[in-house]
Amino acid sequence: MTARETILANIKANQPDLQPLPTQIRFQTMYPDLAKQFADTLAFVGGLAVFVDDYAAIDAYIQEHYAGVTGIATTLPELAHLADFDLDITDPHDLAHLNLAIIDGQLAVAENAAIWVDERQLPHRVLPMITQYLAIVVRQSTLVANMHDAYDRLTVNETGFGTFISGPSKTADIEQSLVIGAHGARGLTVFMLE
Amino acid sequence: MNQLALDHPDASTVFNKDEARVDWHDETLWFVRTKRDRAVQQIPEWEQLREAASQIKNHVLSNLHDLLIDFEARAIANGITVHWATDAAEHNALIHRIITEAGATQLVKSKSMLTEECHLNEYLTQNGIDVIDSDLGERIVQMRGEPPSHIVLPAIHLKKSDVGDTFHKHLGTEKGATDPQYLTEAARQHLRETFLSRKVALTGVNFAIAETGGFVVCTNEGNADMGVHLADVHIASMGFEKIIPRTEHLGVFLRLLARSATGQPITTFSSHFHKPQPGKQIHLVIVDNGRSRQLGRPDFRNSLKCIRCAACLNTCPVYRRSGGHSYHSAIAGPIGSILAPNLDMRQNADLPFASTLCGSCSNVCPVKIDIHEQLYKWRQVLMQEGYGPTAKTVAMRTMATVLESPRLYRLAGRVGRGTLRFAPVLAENSLNPWYQQREMPAPPAQSFRDWYINQPKP
Repeated sequence: MTARETILANIKANQPDLQPLPTQIRFQTMYPDLAKQFADTLAFVGGLAVFVDDYAAIDAYIQEHYAGVTGIATTLPELAHLADFDLDITDPHDLAHLNLAIIDGQLAVAENAAIWVDERQLPHRVLPMITQYLAIVVRQSTLVANMHDAYDRLTVNETGFGTFISGPSKTADIEQSLVIGAHGARGLTVFMLE
Repeated sequence: MNQLALDHPDASTVFNKDEARVDWHDETLWFVRTKRDRAVQQIPEWEQLREAASQIKNHVLSNLHDLLIDFEARAIANGITVHWATDAAEHNALIHRIITEAGATQLVKSKSMLTEECHLNEYLTQNGIDVIDSDLGERIVQMRGEPPSHIVLPAIHLKKSDVGDTFHKHLGTEKGATDPQYLTEAARQHLRETFLSRKVALTGVNFAIAETGGFVVCTNEGNADMGVHLADVHIASMGFEKIIPRTEHLGVFLRLLARSATGQPITTFSSHFHKPQPGKQIHLVIVDNGRSRQLGRPDFRNSLKCIRCAACLNTCPVYRRSGGHSYHSAIAGPIGSILAPNLDMRQNADLPFASTLCGSCSNVCPVKIDIHEQLYKWRQVLMQEGYGPTAKTVAMRTMATVLESPRLYRLAGRVGRGTLRFAPVLAENSLNPWYQQREMPAPPAQSFRDWYINQPKP
């Protein structure tokens, strides 16, 4: 017998009688203000929400806060003029010197500040992790309250890879002291577009 | 298996020699537990969520055969290569083969308790593969030649000065440096170099979705993603119990996991893998290693519901005061103590006794495993199977004899009271484990029975 056959035969012999799946697996969460809840939670996990009316406001914010920074890339045509790095590369290792990536978010979750991005937003899977700083543009209309609502809206296998990103990368592995910027981005700014 | 150097009580005794450090360890873990409580209190339906998760997992255990077959077919259709391994040896050999076939001699890993359970690092190192753990805590203990002491916080037993010394030795950081920011930055630079140069990366699996043939990997550091997206080959190792039926079930589990683990609302990255990138490969290894045997034990199969959040470790009064290494098992703490005897009863016979049976573990478990009840049941099994410690077996047998005979019981009581009164040294010495860290009670002058008999009769 192959390992597969052995394992499956042992499982079949040992698994208990079929138990039903629960009927209640979705719960509703009511927040008075989804955008505020998202912004507060994002602050709690080390990120920063910036409320903006249009791309011009994002443009102005980046010009002000990332003045003189090189190695900027974006997938957003509206912000293309800010970029000095072309994402049309074949080897993702070339992204190693990226300082700021500005990408689009597909959906945002108020309860945990998670933003879903998949290969429709990511020309390279490693882009939101390898960049030193990350900015994500989220339309406030895509906010949902909790993870049940998020999975209801999403098709997780629409592309080969997708991820929820909640805040900048972090670790507390040295004496429980929180350090922002473990291996992924050192900072996350989320532009909350009206 | 090697003979144990120290069992849990003896290793705990060593750990407890530095009282200040034990207090610090205890308080640090309790701090994580309180963060968990605050995160949980934000979810009014928390108990219903736990119940939903528990029932989903009950269904999974009862339907594993079909779910795994569905999952496999869809994963293959997605372009993922699926492998099966009955035990640790097969798992390790398979992974070595995949690395070799990729023409690589180096591997970068993110956290996987399964590979700890299988002792993969030792195996690969012996076979000439250079393995680097990329989770910061795991990298720290790897440099020190230690196993992780906690499944979520691998270096929780170390102080920042210990980490500073380790990094000074291995990464050339300044001698005496203890600033976590500085030390983390040094590790970031070192591991970035690693991520950029490895062709093969290994991750664990938090959840595998039968409905879509994909799997989810959760990290805070982004190390799993950095490793696999920059490599040509992604190997994912999973115990077969990681399967869940549908995507919508992730809504339940991802709400529970990080809140239970560290008190975060969700991990920084929850990455869903369905297809390899063009020109690259994903190899998924489905591992049994004793799990199907545990599935066949009705009293203990529930342990397979575990999602490895470590809430039971953080809350456990024994874990907090004895340290993860005292458990001499890949998974320490209460959950480890009910998983380990299934792997090796003789080697791990001490672990179900490393508990006060207070039940706090079961109360915080996000999938409602009856951990403390299983600890109690393992004790019965281990004593019946003859794996009990000799001293305990003899003591229990003597006690049974005494308690069975009223005459012997009265005699023993009289001797005990007399001893404590007239020759306390016989009880108050280092040979009596009850006397260690305790005062013996003041002996009463007479037993309740004697007192009762002497009462005036109505």
